[in-house]
Amino acid sequence: MKYLQQFGVIILISFVGEVLHTLIPLPVPASIYGLLILFTGLSTHLIPLSLVRETGKFLIEIMPVMFIPAAVGILESWGVLKPWFFPLLVFTLVSTVIVMTVTGKITQLAVRKEDEEESDYEGTVD
Amino acid sequence: MRELLTDSVYFGVMISLSTYGLGVLLKKRFRLAIFNPLLIAVAATIVLLLTFHIDYESYYEGAKYISYLLTPATVCLAIPLYEQLSLLKSNYRAILLGILSGVLTSAVSVLAFTLLFHFDHNMYVTMLPKSITMAIGMGITEELNGYVTITVAMIIITGIFGNMISEWLLRCFRITDPVAKGIAIGTSSHAMGTAKAMEMGEIEGAMSSLAIAVAGLLTVFAAIIFSWIW
Repeated sequence: MKYLQQFGVIILISFVGEVLHTLIPLPVPASIYGLLILFTGLSTHLIPLSLVRETGKFLIEIMPVMFIPAAVGILESWGVLKPWFFPLLVFTLVSTVIVMTVTGKITQLAVRKEDEEESDYEGTVD
Repeated sequence: MRELLTDSVYFGVMISLSTYGLGVLLKKRFRLAIFNPLLIAVAATIVLLLTFHIDYESYYEGAKYISYLLTPATVCLAIPLYEQLSLLKSNYRAILLGILSGVLTSAVSVLAFTLLFHFDHNMYVTMLPKSITMAIGMGITEELNGYVTITVAMIIITGIFGNMISEWLLRCFRITDPVAKGIAIGTSSHAMGTAKAMEMGEIEGAMSSLAIAVAGLLTVFAAIIFSWIW
């Protein structure tokens, strides 16, 4: 009964997400409206964690498998993709290295700065 | 025999699950980054379809039921997000700044590449969501009238590559803070990179999951704004 209820809640939120996606003229996918609804619900305790937890964790765990059919679809679009493939591949690799490095460096600097400020603040209190 | 295989709606699901299982086994056995389960599953499925002359439609007839779960699964990313709320609260400014810088870096790199090679608008918007989770990325490309399959290809390449290089790259640039490591991986290479972050540690894994959702959301807005530029 627990799993049925949890799956029901998750599907209900997904459905509301799709309704919002249809009604709101923004390129925001239904899944993101659903994610925001669930996050807001959990944070405000309107939706208890126990109402989604196990089934949610299961869905997240099997998520990589859900990407396979779309990825195999590359086969169908190989004709479109072929002329672009090599430049896109090189660009994707280079860009990923840059994005990861910039994000990591900036986050690390900011985290350290925040920690310093916190310890300064604690120092003045003492 | 071939009809028996392709007429069954379970065929597509079975082939997807078993090739992924094979990938997990190979990964365990050889511990090499190239044995990425998703990469193996996709490559093995393509080889199987081509070898037995099974067209994509009959495979997808069954496999679509796995794709069907992608929206509910993405909705559930709210759960780790909520569970790490306290860690998130104490570092939220650094986390937001980091993810935003990554999202903008990705978009600017796409714009630069587009201008350099004179791509058209449709190809440009196709590349904008390349670093984020497929569920959101496909949605953005669809809405902006790009080529969804090319976005999907780029997202997969990004994820597999991020998963392969993250450990080495972060060490190279002396990024040692666990929060920063997780945010860097999740922002640059979504769920597939996050699998690696989970191996690195609990904080890295949690922060990386968080970055999947936040980078995905920020990219929705960044992609809309950047789609006006070119």
